[in-house]
Amino acid sequence: MTVDTRSVLLHLGLIALLIVLGLVLPTYHQGNLARILVLATYAIGFNVLFGYTGLLSLGHAMFFAAGMYGCGLAMHLGGWPVLSALGAGIIAAAVLSLIVALLALRTIGVAFMIVTLMFAQAFFLTALYLGEWTGGDEGFVIAQASRQIAGFALTDPLTRFFAALAVFSVALLITARMMHLPFGRVLIGVRENEERTRMLGYDTFRHKLLAVIISGTISGGAGAAYAVLFGYVGATFASVQYSIFPLLWVLLGGMGTTIGPLIGVAFMFYLIDYASGLTNAYLLIVGAALVLLTLFARAGIVGEIRKRWVPWLP
Amino acid sequence: MSKLPKTSRRSLIKSVGAGALLASSPLVGRFASAQSGAPIKIGFQQHSTGIGAAYGRWYGRTTEAAVKAINDAGGINGRPVEIVAEDDGTDPKRGAEVVEKFANQHNCDVAFGTLFSHVVIGSAPSAGEQKIPYFVVSEGHHVASGGLNRYTLQPGITDVKSQVQAMAPYVADNLGKKVTMIFPDFAFGHDHRDFFTAAIEAQGGEVLEHIAVPPSETSFTKYFPKIPRDTEVLYHVMVGPAVLTFVKELGEFFGPSSPAIFGFIDSLEAVDLASPGLEFLEGTYFWEGNPRYAQADQTSHDKNFRAAVGVDENGASVSDPKDVSTYAHMFGCWETLHIIKAGMEASGYQGPADRQKLIEAVEAMTDMPESDAHPQGPKVFNGKTHQVFGVQYISRVENGRLVKVHTTSIEDTLYPDETDYTTQSF
Repeated sequence: MTVDTRSVLLHLGLIALLIVLGLVLPTYHQGNLARILVLATYAIGFNVLFGYTGLLSLGHAMFFAAGMYGCGLAMHLGGWPVLSALGAGIIAAAVLSLIVALLALRTIGVAFMIVTLMFAQAFFLTALYLGEWTGGDEGFVIAQASRQIAGFALTDPLTRFFAALAVFSVALLITARMMHLPFGRVLIGVRENEERTRMLGYDTFRHKLLAVIISGTISGGAGAAYAVLFGYVGATFASVQYSIFPLLWVLLGGMGTTIGPLIGVAFMFYLIDYASGLTNAYLLIVGAALVLLTLFARAGIVGEIRKRWVPWLP
Repeated sequence: MSKLPKTSRRSLIKSVGAGALLASSPLVGRFASAQSGAPIKIGFQQHSTGIGAAYGRWYGRTTEAAVKAINDAGGINGRPVEIVAEDDGTDPKRGAEVVEKFANQHNCDVAFGTLFSHVVIGSAPSAGEQKIPYFVVSEGHHVASGGLNRYTLQPGITDVKSQVQAMAPYVADNLGKKVTMIFPDFAFGHDHRDFFTAAIEAQGGEVLEHIAVPPSETSFTKYFPKIPRDTEVLYHVMVGPAVLTFVKELGEFFGPSSPAIFGFIDSLEAVDLASPGLEFLEGTYFWEGNPRYAQADQTSHDKNFRAAVGVDENGASVSDPKDVSTYAHMFGCWETLHIIKAGMEASGYQGPADRQKLIEAVEAMTDMPESDAHPQGPKVFNGKTHQVFGVQYISRVENGRLVKVHTTSIEDTLYPDETDYTTQSF
């Protein structure tokens, strides 16, 4: 069996497993899984830039929030139907990521981190400043009645789950395929040694530019999906902690792995969910778990599995 | 090989007779009532961590005290009340997850307790989808504005629009008509800007200058020169950790001669007025949802409430005088839990199938006289807007204590309905 075939089977098998889980899990966990899938889509977007291209952005919340606002405002103020609004959210994130990429890619390393952080902070403050439309820090609710596609209410738990799974699957399959194409190989080349990649004749700036746009657009798609599936849009999602979350998720799950983002989000989600049931000091438990993982599984959960036992894992 | 037991006609009659006897015995009656005596589970969405943690701590203590008082008095419909607390991290995403957890994991009857507006607004869609009554204690205008849904109610605390509006007559009549407002440049500050500007103009006053301070600001000196010289009243609503710096710098800027200063106690909830740097507040005025210091005309209801929660006459914990309460807001938890009790008893609430009846029973409520269940003061509930209205207090800092100087009427707090949730289907 070739690595390609194994990879296809792994990804399709994962989607099949998620379908089964969605059908058999109790309502509470079904709802959690829907959220995890949307957030994992965000993490997949982040992973394209951080895990594969080696560019650490500390401002990805602005892309997630751009998708969220693009979609949410189109529905809330413009009365757009869900699919058009989702399109608006994705376009908003794509345009923002193009602009940010053109400016931020003039820097490298730590400067790139700081510039993306600053752009995200500016985006966050703008969302607060334009409170008349965005609802500022309070945000706004998208009317329950408008959250439906072709008569299917996205507020129904099972419909919402499958919608979230569809969004996740598209992002997963696109990135998995992309990393098998020459374009994806060049991104990995940039991560490993940008100078050498450039010397080999590749236009690394163009590749990095496309990586930021793809990464930002996937993250924005997740934000737009979050808005329609869960009915809330607010500036909290543009705050700095929502830029740090995808970094944690990807580091935990395994940077540069296709299924790592999902594992990282699910691990973090249930760690918080269960630990908070045990003690009020659950953040201490979360912190300790993160330190232990950093010490003993530096490549993240999936990364460590790949390193030790399953070298073909994509 | 053992014989299979045979059921004879005689043994069958004996068995049926014994069963009938057992069924009519007091033992079974006790068992049946134990079945229906299962606790009423109230999901408490608590800000245990995050920016709302100080509020969350005191909301927690008040909730515990209220549940003890309700259980000591026989519970709700003869059933004990059990609180299921979950930390929402003062985050709207986690808030929504917690509401789903209450509905689907803990099988709570209702959810309750949220303070910060963004968490309320982020969680309300989940409450509507899970069809679980969601009683918030937030003072935001989000409920009455019509932005939420029929499952979200705010019957235990007044909203910011009514609070701000009720301040204007006193400010205009006693402090001055030319006002300059300093407020944080986000939704909380914008609410004050919009509601107070309209209210003071209705009293024949005017706002000379709106000074919006970005939320990331840590020093305020550069904003003070923007205050017009003919300002008679300075209205401030700064919040967050920078508020001590704000007051200190304001004092340094004005020195001994300043305009009248009016603020919202939100800035200084859980903060000791004796903190260094707050001396400048002497002689200034504050809105208080409920007077922190026990007043000369303290009611027996306030006395009982303080004793139950464990708050001394200075508004601090009886076990630690440095642990200052969020007294202007936390009564909302006490009153909301008593309203849930009254609503469940009025609707004959038995379980989640009766949630709609519970909402209708609360919507039917109107007058809530001052009592041990409503120690903050009398209130009127508007079932259409799901919002309660009640008296507000204005206090002056005298010798480092807040002394009540004015109590508004409920009429001062009223405004036209902006929505009618009762027209929404369940």
